[in-house]
Amino acid sequence: MSTLKKISPPRIGKSQLDLLEKLSNAVSVSGAEDEVRQIVLEQVKPYADEVKQDALGNLLVKRHAQATNPLRVLLAAHMDEVGFMIVDDEGEGVFPFSPVGGIDPRQLAAKPVLVGKERLPGVIGAKPIHLSSPDERHNNYTFSSLRIDVSPANGKKVKVGDLATYATRFSRQGSSLFGKALDDRLGVATLIELLKRDHPDLELLFAFTVQEEVGLRGAQVAAYEFKPDLALVVDSTPAFDFVPETGENTQYNCRLGAGPAIYIADAGTLSDPRLIRFLAATAEKHAIPFQFRQPGGGGTDAGAIHKTGAGIPTVSISIPGRYAHTPILHARVKDWENTLLLLEAALNDINRGILSVDR
Amino acid sequence: MTDIKPFLQSLLSIPGLSGYEEPACKVIEQQWKPLVDELSVSRLGSLHGLRKAAGSEACPTLMIAAHMDAIGLMVKQIKNGYLHITQVGGVDPRVLPGQAVTVHGRKDIAGIIQMIPDRLLPASKAGKALEHARLFVDTGLDEKELAKQVRIGDLISFSQAPILFDDEYIAGHSLDNRASVAALTICLEELRNYNLKWNLWSVATVQEETTLYGASTSAFQLMPQLGIAVDVTFAKGPGSNDHQTFPLGKGPTLGIGPNIHPALHAHFIKLAQEMDMPYAIEPMPASSGTDAISMQISSSGVPTFVVSIPIRYMHTPVELASLTDIKRVGRLLARFVSQLDNDSFKDLLSGISS
Repeated sequence: MSTLKKISPPRIGKSQLDLLEKLSNAVSVSGAEDEVRQIVLEQVKPYADEVKQDALGNLLVKRHAQATNPLRVLLAAHMDEVGFMIVDDEGEGVFPFSPVGGIDPRQLAAKPVLVGKERLPGVIGAKPIHLSSPDERHNNYTFSSLRIDVSPANGKKVKVGDLATYATRFSRQGSSLFGKALDDRLGVATLIELLKRDHPDLELLFAFTVQEEVGLRGAQVAAYEFKPDLALVVDSTPAFDFVPETGENTQYNCRLGAGPAIYIADAGTLSDPRLIRFLAATAEKHAIPFQFRQPGGGGTDAGAIHKTGAGIPTVSISIPGRYAHTPILHARVKDWENTLLLLEAALNDINRGILSVDR
Repeated sequence: MTDIKPFLQSLLSIPGLSGYEEPACKVIEQQWKPLVDELSVSRLGSLHGLRKAAGSEACPTLMIAAHMDAIGLMVKQIKNGYLHITQVGGVDPRVLPGQAVTVHGRKDIAGIIQMIPDRLLPASKAGKALEHARLFVDTGLDEKELAKQVRIGDLISFSQAPILFDDEYIAGHSLDNRASVAALTICLEELRNYNLKWNLWSVATVQEETTLYGASTSAFQLMPQLGIAVDVTFAKGPGSNDHQTFPLGKGPTLGIGPNIHPALHAHFIKLAQEMDMPYAIEPMPASSGTDAISMQISSSGVPTFVVSIPIRYMHTPVELASLTDIKRVGRLLARFVSQLDNDSFKDLLSGISS
């Protein structure tokens, strides 16, 4: 029926960008996703048929089908972001910290952070260049050598176990988006847009997951709870699309501006080939730019979802982003819009039939 | 005294890299206008503010210098849609990946400094700390637009906004040395109701971070009988706790060494003690590394002194200082100037025909 249906394609306009800004600036390190969850809750309430916060903190949202025996489609995006945990107190406002999620310590020296529930300002300092030898400057900073400094004035307000993250504020320039937590607030914002639209043939199950960055924990229990027929995971994947010093770049993973990246294989998942083909065919049919993410490492919530219960056919689709897990990510409005367009087209075209073809 | 924070925050929110200090100069000029009798800009760009002595007879001149220039970066090459960089002043490349910057091209353009991903580096470089040559600025603009907007030699400044910690501490880029410009401004405010016996030249110098020639040319022009440099020094903090560092928030450091006239050192110690102001003595066994070295050997020579504000993380975009220390330095300088009279430092003075 979908080929006959008149689709008014979703677009990224001011309200979507404003929401992304709010989501990117919100602080929700793995295990403490309250701030983003609250924003999502406000956004989805007017459209949802059921909303539930589960034992781990996932926000599980249903939009019921009008049809009987509908296809159950899970859409997942993670709410959490990488960050830091305060692990000791050295006095004078100075705190050793450990990473929460995968962070390269070379990205941290001389960056502003927000600490604890009060979002106290802090900085990760660096030794003055005058006091370090040229040899020393060839050595990487490590987590054991870096400290978060909230100044002596606020030292008493921080406790061991408090979480922190980058203090970067969202910004835009031309067609570019810059923000600290675009991985995966772009996915969260995408799900919110999809949730606002009617797909009466489908039982739509939205999982805004927790703790992706520390081991896909939210996704695992969300998939178990929802028991979908298939799952689409929306995330952000790194674009390593630079010109290397010598030779050709054969390890770009994906390219900024080339559209949504469809996963074939990553460290945790072999995507369901029927879903890969379906997404690619849908993109081609609607003339939506897309790219295949280079098979390789990395992973998304799909790693947990596809092996839940008796197994769930799953594919990931990511918005390309440079500099994942650093203070500032860089993504493109057009890639986000094309991801949204592709997912909307897929939800309009999807039916049980795509799972009954050969793999 | 008025609240110094808004002025300091505005100084920490603008560029003004060595050789291109005008944005900082303009802000300081506005602030100093009501506090001095004459304002002018030197041939190299330093700001000179004169508070005239009260009487009409010849009197000695004091120069207090605080440099207003800042460290930063410069466009070295434009390639494949990215900007490659070099430093203006000393910048440890390890603080740069993930740093937000402003590229001052035909218009101001936001950018991020990043490094080539490990997977695209030669095996010997992967996972290592990278030098400036392997870092770049990503603006998000396409190659053509970037080439239109940016040229080699354009400045790149840190866009880190100042951070206040409970109104007691402040962090940001360029606290080296705009913390001292703020202290000098507090000094001028404190002196507003005093009749001075000496002429006071307040100088916001240029090019300290690169050449030190701002202070030397201003000292030559103004011919002071005494010179004081106000600068920042290393505060104790993570990774920096040896004898070269001083407690944060526990008062200024008072320099001692061949770049410092012993009479001035002794005088400042006495002043701080009279004021019940905490301080530390900062040994400067060779050069102070401040404008004082330029002033000392200007023309026939000038007795010089250095007072410093300890800051953490010097030469990074998150330098951190105590606002109390900044105010202390302002008050200490004001006390020094207000007590100068016809008998002060008679033995040190030259070039005054009485």
